[in-house]
Amino acid sequence: MYDLIIVGAGPAGITASVYAARKRLNFMVITKDIGGQTAWSGDIENYTGYQFITGPDLTAKFEEHMRRYNVDLREEEVVSIEKRGKHVWVKTLKQEYEGKTAIIASGKKSRELNVPGEAEFKNRGLTYCATCDAPLFAGKPVAVIGGGNSGLDAALQLNKIAKYVHLINISPDLTGDPIMQEKVSASPIISVLNNTKTLAVLGDKFVTGLKIFKDGKEELLPVEGVFVEIGLIPNSGVAKDVEKNEWGEIKVNSYNETNVPGIFAAGDVTDVPEKQIVIAAGEGSKASLSVFKYLNKLR
Amino acid sequence: MAKSVTVYSTPTCPFCVRAKQFLKDNKIAFKDIDVSLDQVKADEMIKKSGQMGVPVLDIDGKIIVGFDKEELKAALGI
Repeated sequence: MYDLIIVGAGPAGITASVYAARKRLNFMVITKDIGGQTAWSGDIENYTGYQFITGPDLTAKFEEHMRRYNVDLREEEVVSIEKRGKHVWVKTLKQEYEGKTAIIASGKKSRELNVPGEAEFKNRGLTYCATCDAPLFAGKPVAVIGGGNSGLDAALQLNKIAKYVHLINISPDLTGDPIMQEKVSASPIISVLNNTKTLAVLGDKFVTGLKIFKDGKEELLPVEGVFVEIGLIPNSGVAKDVEKNEWGEIKVNSYNETNVPGIFAAGDVTDVPEKQIVIAAGEGSKASLSVFKYLNKLR
Repeated sequence: MAKSVTVYSTPTCPFCVRAKQFLKDNKIAFKDIDVSLDQVKADEMIKKSGQMGVPVLDIDGKIIVGFDKEELKAALGI
């Protein structure tokens, strides 16, 4: 049995593992990927110690730091985390693990549109990662869905690549930073469609169009790419018994404790104010130190 | 004989970076194609894999989409 099971290996999970290793805890890390959202980020200029670093490079640094400690890392998908008796049980698609404690650091993922055609055309013209996939849409007409910062960022990335960009925004006005809005309005190829709802993604083998609802009527936009940038949701569904807020974020106190003794949480999956790499890392360290104190009390 | 391995990727996709690192760690030589710089090769990748997500690996004609360690090991025979 483990002292601690860490779920997730983004900035929070990796920092928690470094601290757990240094406290000589018997622990393991279960994750589907390394780096979490950091791995998908473009340029990072606000992680202390690095004036400029890319997401993949910072992820490599994180991983290198963690691997220094011979961490038991399993690449498996977690399906449930629950307390049974005195211990915490983490079940994956492969097997079940028992720990005295767990830290949930599973982060956030892209929110989906929930419209017909979305699942069908994923990776067939529809994508959630402009940073990764934008280059494949050179010279093509595309739509970006979302009027916040990530939507504007995607539109601006495509500005240099695509034939033209429809920016689909469900609200009356764009909500992203003014400095990005200015760049969007300055672009000759980006057109903003406010008060516009997405109804369906259309195509045969690949995406050929987007059905939208604007000014009281349905319209068809011929596009070959659809970039979905409508925000993030926490990966908290696997933890049934822990208390969450209205957005599904796991509620934690300042010691990273959830309402279930022995289950801790850290980073973007929690209700901690502000979601930043540096904050998630700090929360991860705090969670491991809290676990250490909790385990000492059990002895 | 060593298998012929081609990786289609973009520089900004994390699973591309990890797939290539995995090949390097296992000392497997591969042809590295950056589809963000080469539209012809990008179309070739889409045709081969029937989809537009990166990375795509071509291992002696067997097409693997995404980075799946187990699938890669099986295809490479390691």
